[in-house]
Amino acid sequence: MTVNAEVPLVRSESGWFSRLGAAGNLGDWLFRRITALNALLVIVLIGAMAYEMTVASSLSLKEFGFGFITSTVWDPVRQIFGALPFIYGTVVSSLLALLIAVPISIGIAIYLSELAPAAVRAVLGPLVELLAAVPSVVYGLWGVFALAPWLRESVEPLLQAAFGFLPLFQGPHQGFGLLAGGIVLAIMILPTISSVAREVLRAVPMSLREGALALGATRWETVRTAVLPYALSGLIGAIILGLGRALGETMAITMVIGNRAEISASLFAPSYTMASVIANEFTEATEELYLAALAEIGLLLFVVTVVLNVVARLLVWRVGRMPSGGRL
Amino acid sequence: MLLVRRLLLLLAVFALFACNKKESASTSAGGSEPSSGTKDVSLTGAGATFPYPLYSKWMSEYNKLNPNVKINYQSIGSGGGIRQVVAGTVDFGASDAPMKPEEAKGAPGKLLHIPTTIGAVVVTYNLEGVTQNLKLTPGVLSGIFLGEIKKWNDAKIGSLNPGVNLPAKDIAVVYRSDGSGTTAVFTDYLAAVSPAWKTTVGTGKSVKWPVGLGAKGNEGVTGQVKSTPGSIGYIELAYATQNKLPTAEIQNNAGKFVAPSLEAVSAAAAGVEMPPELHVSIVNAGGDAAYPIASYTYLLVYEDAKDRTKGEALAKFLWWATHDGQKFASALDYAPLPPTVVQKIEARLKTLKSGSKVLLTGM
Repeated sequence: MTVNAEVPLVRSESGWFSRLGAAGNLGDWLFRRITALNALLVIVLIGAMAYEMTVASSLSLKEFGFGFITSTVWDPVRQIFGALPFIYGTVVSSLLALLIAVPISIGIAIYLSELAPAAVRAVLGPLVELLAAVPSVVYGLWGVFALAPWLRESVEPLLQAAFGFLPLFQGPHQGFGLLAGGIVLAIMILPTISSVAREVLRAVPMSLREGALALGATRWETVRTAVLPYALSGLIGAIILGLGRALGETMAITMVIGNRAEISASLFAPSYTMASVIANEFTEATEELYLAALAEIGLLLFVVTVVLNVVARLLVWRVGRMPSGGRL
Repeated sequence: MLLVRRLLLLLAVFALFACNKKESASTSAGGSEPSSGTKDVSLTGAGATFPYPLYSKWMSEYNKLNPNVKINYQSIGSGGGIRQVVAGTVDFGASDAPMKPEEAKGAPGKLLHIPTTIGAVVVTYNLEGVTQNLKLTPGVLSGIFLGEIKKWNDAKIGSLNPGVNLPAKDIAVVYRSDGSGTTAVFTDYLAAVSPAWKTTVGTGKSVKWPVGLGAKGNEGVTGQVKSTPGSIGYIELAYATQNKLPTAEIQNNAGKFVAPSLEAVSAAAAGVEMPPELHVSIVNAGGDAAYPIASYTYLLVYEDAKDRTKGEALAKFLWWATHDGQKFASALDYAPLPPTVVQKIEARLKTLKSGSKVLLTGM
């Protein structure tokens, strides 16, 4: 008698029809099929979205070809469109957000998983998660009425005085711009990165920490030599998830970034992201080519986000499969 | 016992079902039968956000007078309104700017423009200590938005406003980041008064602005102008009036500096002859009292209505809106239509038909 890896719930291997009738197994049969269908539905949905986006942007793909990604002109009156300013704005604001958010959120994750007393952990943990619950419009409003004026009056003049020799901090400052966008995004992705990072750090086996401590390592040395290397791929996955969130953020960033389709080296300059231009211009776009160009920007954003999320999932999954003490 | 209970339950469900069916049969919307005046009619429209407060008021007032007519309007933007009415998913559309010929392509019939009210775009600014209205000429205004005039204390602005303490600040231009009828009207005006603007930027609901920052919606522009000292932006008249914002007096075609107001807007409309196609640009209109940055807003309806009952109800609503409905306009900061234009609209509404029969009889 062979033992199947799959527990045989049906008595015979002959056709699916006979399995229907197997007493008491109809429920299980349905259960398996329906849940598989649900999972398949998600994949079909993503495929359908990608297909529809491509169809919707076909006019623009034909008209501009690859030049769409390299052109800097976005002129709805002359019907000339190019995505480079938006790609620049999206990438720079997201990278800036990562630069600010990653050290803080990894720090939060390390503190909450390694160092905090249980009472502090119980309070701080949910509070950090609370940041994720705030609607993005609220972040945008806060950005317009609190952050931008503060940046304009206090922070940007200081930065310009101290680092004005760098092209990053030159030019007129209105408060609204890449810097404001980066800061708002950083606050929004902070809870995402820190909660995934906490899970990843918790998955590190206790034996590693105990071993390091037994060898006389300090807390910091334990974290640095035993915990972090093990969790590195997972942490990178968490960071990429945060990046994915930052890339897609629309409402909050369009309220503070200045909405100007121009590439400038300065962080004080206004910029424009892919998600913002779609949200702003889609309802009033009547020309076919205009709509197709906006759809193509959506397609670009979709592709980038899907790819990043797949990479993140693969990295986070690896940490579960690594043998103990494995490095990247 | 169990059987009896089950039979009774079945009977109860059946009775409920039958009652429901009878109710729904008596409230079904009108089909293609001749109108009886008491049949329930449901109309849908979509389009421009600018006239939404006025349309909303009209539809509720009209429903009070004619309880059997329900009109639903979705303010999804002029572009969306045009797309939906061309596709036939709504009964009428609404747009601030007249349809371009290529936008009307694909419509199953001829679409008419019916002007409903008039709005204006005002220029607002944030200058500490400046309480009086700034005077601006078309040249200076286009220079500011082109980025040629960069500072508030530029001689060109100072010479128009002697005695006003203009700071040596950079002018922070704020424009609408979202596509909007307000932008269309404002750029239409700038293109009419500035050849440089016409060639470099042009007119449209979304344009490539030479300088400035974009904010979303009238609210966004207002918020950004209010919180940024030295900024200048353009918003709808209704918005400026209700939020008591400083507005600039613009020099009109006759050379007079006119402050934005409903009377000035009506004067602008009166100064331009309405052509037979019932859509016209009234920016930079002639007349001493005319405010130069004003525009009609239109409802888009099919000349030949597919459904006679709906077509008749819509035609009657349009008649009411352009006559009795106009009295609601001023309270909501919209300017009423001039009588000459109303006459032309009457003549056009009388040509609305369904098949071969005219819709409005006895008007």
